[in-house]
Amino acid sequence: MNTLYLRRRIANALAMALSLLATLVGLAFLAWILWETLRQGVGALDLKLFTKITAYGEDGGLLNSMVGSLVINFIGIGIATPIGVLAGTWLAEYANRTKLGESIRFLNDILLSAPSIVMGLFVYTIIVLPSTALTHGSTSFSGFAGGVALALIALPVIVRTTDEMLRLVPSTLREAALSLGVPQWKLTLQILIRAARSGIITGVLLALARISGETAPLLFTAFGNNYMAVNPLEKMSSLPQIIYQYANDPGDAMHALAWAGAFVITMFVLLLSLASRLILSRTKVSHD
Amino acid sequence: MTDSALATNPVPVAPAATVAPKITVRDLHFYYNGFHALKGINMDIPEKQVTAIIGPSGCGKSTLLRIFNRIYAIYPKLEAKGEILLDGDNILDPRYSMNRLRSKVGMVFQKPVPFPMTIFENVAYGIRHHEKLSRKDMEGRVEQALRNAALWDEVKDKLKQNALGLSGGQQQRLCIARAIALKPEVLLLDEPTSALDPIATGRIEQLVEELKSQFTIVIVTHNMQQAARVSDQTAFMYLGELIEYDRTEKIFTKPGKKQTEDYITGRFG
Repeated sequence: MNTLYLRRRIANALAMALSLLATLVGLAFLAWILWETLRQGVGALDLKLFTKITAYGEDGGLLNSMVGSLVINFIGIGIATPIGVLAGTWLAEYANRTKLGESIRFLNDILLSAPSIVMGLFVYTIIVLPSTALTHGSTSFSGFAGGVALALIALPVIVRTTDEMLRLVPSTLREAALSLGVPQWKLTLQILIRAARSGIITGVLLALARISGETAPLLFTAFGNNYMAVNPLEKMSSLPQIIYQYANDPGDAMHALAWAGAFVITMFVLLLSLASRLILSRTKVSHD
Repeated sequence: MTDSALATNPVPVAPAATVAPKITVRDLHFYYNGFHALKGINMDIPEKQVTAIIGPSGCGKSTLLRIFNRIYAIYPKLEAKGEILLDGDNILDPRYSMNRLRSKVGMVFQKPVPFPMTIFENVAYGIRHHEKLSRKDMEGRVEQALRNAALWDEVKDKLKQNALGLSGGQQQRLCIARAIALKPEVLLLDEPTSALDPIATGRIEQLVEELKSQFTIVIVTHNMQQAARVSDQTAFMYLGELIEYDRTEKIFTKPGKKQTEDYITGRFG
């Protein structure tokens, strides 16, 4: 055999083996994390995890933290989704290829990579401190403040995905609609957003997955609460915050609860990712 | 325009057509970001005939077509100067209503681009923007448009299905149906078959033949055989200029200019 071909085949096999190895290393850690959270948390994975609150300590469960997480995430994604989708739409459809648009896109990317604890401190300063002063301390830390902090983290993710998904819609689709005399706003709302719909929904789900594991921004905002709270103006517990708290506790039973909480979050994120994959694959449209 | 004016005009304005012009282009210049893409185009496009525009890539043929419905205006830094008269009114005048222009001049693009909705909605969408019709009238209009586009028999049982499930050729006929559903007077076709296989291409060409009794058709094509097959007159463009414009059989049998002859005989392009 020609030595040139032989060399190529060796290089090919080598590159293949290295990529496979790298993939396995990545996957191994993921499997390890899943396995460890399940193994360590299995002792606490029982019904009381979902029925009792954290006030009972090691005899309790995480019900108030799960409810808190749901409320806070719901507020966060509820604030970030409309703003993010509108801002992304504006960037892609109205400010594309303008200086202002490019600058805002750049700033959004900075926000995307800003440390989450900064968001927590920011919201602490603009919401927690003023509300404490205004209400003389009766409303200070709150689930709402936590939701706002998470919204600030979700927002740039949603802006970015909406912007990119809309820019992926072929310009011929825009031309086709405009050539029928349809105005820009109808085109955007009725055709482009529909064409990019699955991508935009996926972006929202990924943002939700991203914020559901955030701890730092909640420490300064939602604070934590050992009792059940559904009113977002009260201090609120959340899963990441309770994991952080229990992990610092010396008791093994508390550790098991923390692991179980970690397992619940991991499963939630996994389900969200699967849901977004499902949405993308089911409504995949091609314009080619 | 009188015959004597035609005779004294140095640029080829119109083939010896007896029909009144539907579109009259006068001294049209076009600039892309300062690049002079069309250099003083003059031409008369006769009503209810097929006019083909041919020429090598980059000659400005698509650019010219895209000025006829001002679709170019959605991009920044593009500028058209001169006059394009549609039934005597200058469509380049900013006062000419875009709604009016686009309901009079329909366009079909190179790639079939159905909207992400059902087959029925694809056709109804444009109509709904311009007219308020009862459900029954709308169904009639959609059916008529689909029949006109020779697509009805293939889709009549799946009007509620997503249009993206159709084949490429069917999608392109759907786009034609969508355009003619607005009852335009002029139909612009920008290389409508370049993404299609020969059978789908044949169906579109046949359709063009049928549609010319109702519409003034301008077709841009890379394919000279296509121009020869479907058009009544052919314009040959090169480097932003209209080199020759005449009856199709004359362009393809006895072209008046050397450049035209070189192009249609395949010496360049």
